[in-house]
Amino acid sequence: MNFLSLFVLIPLLMLLGLWLAKGVKAVRGVMVVGSSLLLVLAVYLTVDFIAQRAGGNTAEMLYQASFTWFEPLNISYRVGVDGISVSMLLLSAVIVFTGTFVSWKLSPNLKDYFLWFTLLSMGVFGFFISIDMFMMFMFYEIALIPMYLLIGVWGTGHKEYSAMKLTLMLMGGSAFLMLGIFGIFYDAGGNTMNILDIANHTGGASPIEFGRQCIWFPLTFVGFGVLGALFPFHTWSPDGHASAPTAVSMLHAGVLMKLGGYGCFRIAIFLLPEAANELNWIFLILTGISVVYGAMSACVQTDLKYINAYSSVSHCGLVLFGILMLTTTSTTGAVLQMLSHGLMTALFFALIGMIYGRTHTRDVTLMKGLMQIMPFLGVCFVLAGLANLGLPGLSGFVAEMSIFVGSFQNADTFHRVLTIMSTCSIVVAAVYILRMVGRMLYGVCTDEHHLHLTDATWEERLAVICLIVCIAGIGCFPSWISNLISDSVAPIIESVKQVGPIVSSCNPFM
Amino acid sequence: MNITIDYFLILSAFMLGAGMYGFFTRRNTLAILISIELILNAADINFAAFNRLCQTGIEGYVFTLFSIAISAAETAIAIAVMINIYRMLKNNYVDELDTLKW
Amino acid sequence: MTYTLFIILLPLISFLVLGIAGKWFSHKTAGWIGTLALAGVTALSYYAAYEYFFVIGRGADGAFAPLEVMNFCWLPFFDQGLHFDMGIMLDPISVMMLIVISTVSFMVHIYSFGYMKGEKGFQRYFAFLSLFTMSMLGLVVATNIFQMYLFWELVGVSSYLLIGFYYTSPAAIAASKKAFIVTRFADLFFLIGILIYGFYTGSFAFVFDTPEHIANYAQAGFILPLALTLMFIGGAGKSAMFPLHIWLPDAMEGPTPVSALIHAATMVVAGVFQVARLFPLWVTYAQDWMPIIVWVGVFTAFYAAAVACAQTDIKRVLAFSTISQIAFMMVALGVCTEMQTGHEHVGSVGYMASMFHLFTHAMFKACLFLGAGCIIHAVHSNEMNAMGGLRKYMPLTHITFLISCLAISGIPFFSGFSSKDEIITACMAYSPAVGYIMTGIAAMTAFYMFRLYYGIFWGTENKELHAAHHPHETKVMTWPLIILSLITVGVGIYTTLAGFGMFEGYSFGSFISADGQDYRIHFDTSVALTSTIVAIVAIGVATWIFKGERQPIADKLYATFPRLHRWAHKRFYMDEVWQFVTHRIIFACVSKPIAWFDRHVVDGFFNFLAWGTHATSNGIKTLQSGRVQQYALVYLIGTIVLILMLLIF
Repeated sequence: MNFLSLFVLIPLLMLLGLWLAKGVKAVRGVMVVGSSLLLVLAVYLTVDFIAQRAGGNTAEMLYQASFTWFEPLNISYRVGVDGISVSMLLLSAVIVFTGTFVSWKLSPNLKDYFLWFTLLSMGVFGFFISIDMFMMFMFYEIALIPMYLLIGVWGTGHKEYSAMKLTLMLMGGSAFLMLGIFGIFYDAGGNTMNILDIANHTGGASPIEFGRQCIWFPLTFVGFGVLGALFPFHTWSPDGHASAPTAVSMLHAGVLMKLGGYGCFRIAIFLLPEAANELNWIFLILTGISVVYGAMSACVQTDLKYINAYSSVSHCGLVLFGILMLTTTSTTGAVLQMLSHGLMTALFFALIGMIYGRTHTRDVTLMKGLMQIMPFLGVCFVLAGLANLGLPGLSGFVAEMSIFVGSFQNADTFHRVLTIMSTCSIVVAAVYILRMVGRMLYGVCTDEHHLHLTDATWEERLAVICLIVCIAGIGCFPSWISNLISDSVAPIIESVKQVGPIVSSCNPFM
Repeated sequence: MNITIDYFLILSAFMLGAGMYGFFTRRNTLAILISIELILNAADINFAAFNRLCQTGIEGYVFTLFSIAISAAETAIAIAVMINIYRMLKNNYVDELDTLKW
Repeated sequence: MTYTLFIILLPLISFLVLGIAGKWFSHKTAGWIGTLALAGVTALSYYAAYEYFFVIGRGADGAFAPLEVMNFCWLPFFDQGLHFDMGIMLDPISVMMLIVISTVSFMVHIYSFGYMKGEKGFQRYFAFLSLFTMSMLGLVVATNIFQMYLFWELVGVSSYLLIGFYYTSPAAIAASKKAFIVTRFADLFFLIGILIYGFYTGSFAFVFDTPEHIANYAQAGFILPLALTLMFIGGAGKSAMFPLHIWLPDAMEGPTPVSALIHAATMVVAGVFQVARLFPLWVTYAQDWMPIIVWVGVFTAFYAAAVACAQTDIKRVLAFSTISQIAFMMVALGVCTEMQTGHEHVGSVGYMASMFHLFTHAMFKACLFLGAGCIIHAVHSNEMNAMGGLRKYMPLTHITFLISCLAISGIPFFSGFSSKDEIITACMAYSPAVGYIMTGIAAMTAFYMFRLYYGIFWGTENKELHAAHHPHETKVMTWPLIILSLITVGVGIYTTLAGFGMFEGYSFGSFISADGQDYRIHFDTSVALTSTIVAIVAIGVATWIFKGERQPIADKLYATFPRLHRWAHKRFYMDEVWQFVTHRIIFACVSKPIAWFDRHVVDGFFNFLAWGTHATSNGIKTLQSGRVQQYALVYLIGTIVLILMLLIF
């Protein structure tokens, strides 16, 4: 029994437990035990991983295990982790843990809700531990489907529309993805689905021809990019987030959107290095647009969730931007940004959900002076806002600076212009965050319905504090996690850089 | 008078035509059922006629019997369905039976 | 000297304790926690200064060398060997800044006991003060440009939090937002400057003298002026240089002690400090670009002085006076053309003069602001027409305020005299035109400060208001005033005497000069005399116009130049210009269209896809009519067609 498989097994057992559980208390009990176990497991994995690396274990992936699943197509259940996946697992565990507490009092059908929630998290965990392309794809789909029900049943507003839109767009992405994956599989000789084998041309895999790579790269990148809110495929994000219940928004923006960035790096860049060098300019332009465009759109929104959704477009754009810049620093920064964005956007959505649950509105123009009425939530909201605009000492700063410094290492005008353009987003972020905070929290509360609202309950406080501690932890002591990530990023970027002199020969801007 | 195969064929062709005409034009399901019977019987006549003329065995007769048996069973079911439809719709016009389309 | 770490850690701890557990403390406990932490910081800073200047002392070459107390890699970058370090570096200017910050901050802490008494959010206030002090101290001891940027952002945010302290007042909310966004906008350029700097020199560190670094800088020489200018824009934002000054007057919405600490003495001089910190690079590689600093400074100094003459809100007058004085410091840095000090090198006076003025200005401006705070506390208004004749009610405030006004006007034996005199000397050496303009602005300074002084303490008394409020002083609030004005007078007397040749080797220039060598300050008699006379004349004019109960001359002046007065009063409409750019252009012409585009074009495209699919299936589905006879007919026709096709082919 492989240690990593516990990440899939525990959610499975949780599903069983939830199915058998009778009554709200039992359901919550199962969730708390399960999600705490996952969190402990993720922390243990991180500690052990760092210890193993420190002990000189330089294998590309640790804790590998595999058994054949479907012989004719060479599909195996194959797991393994490197620094990037470890940090992503840690992030997911934190979000699932806090998400449980945020959905504490959800109604109706808490049990069914948690069933789908757990299934979703199983998909996410499975995705991050697999190193078999098909397994990755399968877990990706497992994570997507529950989203439809979670939004469609427990959502608010135009929930059917949003759920349908979100699912269809992401499914559209996964159609591209599937094409890309099978293309890679057959062009690499059709002998193995193992990512490592394909990348290193071992285990019967042969190098993929350059011309073919240029077909599969856009397909896989767009496929994952849809989930990573790549412009112009991001429009599911505002509607989806606005309609989703709180914990689902958290999990979705916090973890699911990270699947996109992770997948882009793990499959599109890692397996198709020549094409990545050749074609990254197209996607750099798109992500550069995402970054500024998302921030600019956020400036004029009035719905809290739309503001945060557009800000997510901007921040996730920065993730893909960092990855595409193809330097170790920027890619490490991108992974840090995934972590950081995951935590802070989860915090934001959690707080928005809590405020919405009390005021029953998300329109910033209808709220005023909430700081006096719910000081705890207010202070945390300001903190979340400051994290979002990249305040030093909180995680956003570390990630953004790594991305900017890394991107700046590309010394040509094209990359420079894009980098400078994307740095502008930090100013715009300040505008929309302060505008929102100023309107909603400050001032004197005039709405008499809001005067008697209560501050956060214990389980809400627990979730919020847990997230804030993580954000401040990364923000104040970034080097351990940065080293953990860069350990795994550096060799990949090295290999991508070494593939040859074909650097964007088709880029008209260079 | 020598009865040649032509007579049988003309009869069956006439029955087939009448059956098809009835099938396509009648609204009443019962009338459609009768039309179907006509079509089937046209085929039965052909079976019997060819079997007698070709003198190869009794397969044609057997098939005729099969066919009659099946159409009897089918009629039974069809009438049962029609009765149910009638109970629901208070008529049995075929053009009103389109609720299962999408 | 590892203990210097506690200079930063103490306020940090106090911030965390007060920030997290503040609501369980009483006001008094919270205040004491903050103040004691600051007392510790002050003691440590003074001790560090003593140790740095007198125990460690000069190096073999007779200069004070930078001392790296600690430095560790905080965030590694993985290309080009770049890394983001945190550490503590002591050199003359950072030690001086430690003293300025800890002194003023300590005074402000004590003062706040009285000023903020009974205020809701007392604990929060002290927590933010601690946060600010921590970040400002971290900024000045930074070992590298990136650490400076990090703390730079932190001081920005603490300034935001403190300006918005009265978060129920719309003006305070708007002001805090404005301050943050304007400085953030400037910081964007700072960041780009840092990126360029880091990429081309291969390091972020403030090490300018090792051969390896010199080689790197020389190699990057072609791009350094651009990087430095971009960083200067960042500094200009923080230091409220025209046209990025708009946030500072509005920042006066915060509590007055905060204005004294952040918006007069410490944070706003961060820009000057930054230029001074990078000065070796400016002088060596960007000499040609330095006129930018000079002319931005000159224009800002003039503009702010002109506006200050027409303001009626006393804190706004002080704010514009701050802008003008900081511009003096910037000009002084800009006119400094070499690093070598010594009698024959007048070119290097500017650096010392700028730092000197920073030091003296911090003390007397803090005193002025705290005095203004006492007045506002007493009359519950910021407007000059609510005051007048207050000298009877508030004698101590009156005297300390007068001392500070004399200091800022540049009267001998007050601290501002020596530093301003050095600045004007430096300007004269650079170009007489700049020198004369700056002298003129110094006269304007004396004029508007005394206009303010007479408006508050003399002039027409608002009797009914005073009868209602009984203006009085609070003891805890007057102590800091007395201490700060004593410093002003003491430093003034000492440095004035030093300027005439006493205390050889222990004047300000001995400790702080461009290259760390002992620079002997000697007054240039003609400059000293001119500026003193000009200042006295300006004070005389102000006395003549504003001292009386009725002010016929002032009224007549307003009547003669109504438009000029209105324009100056409205700050020459700079705020409106910015408002127009941000709201009408960026919001209305960029953000709104983008949001519309997103909803209607990008999203519209996907909705169109969905709609298209839907419409097509709707079109196709009518074939599936549900009519059995229709199906049969189609079937029949199909069969016939197929048979015909088989027969034909």
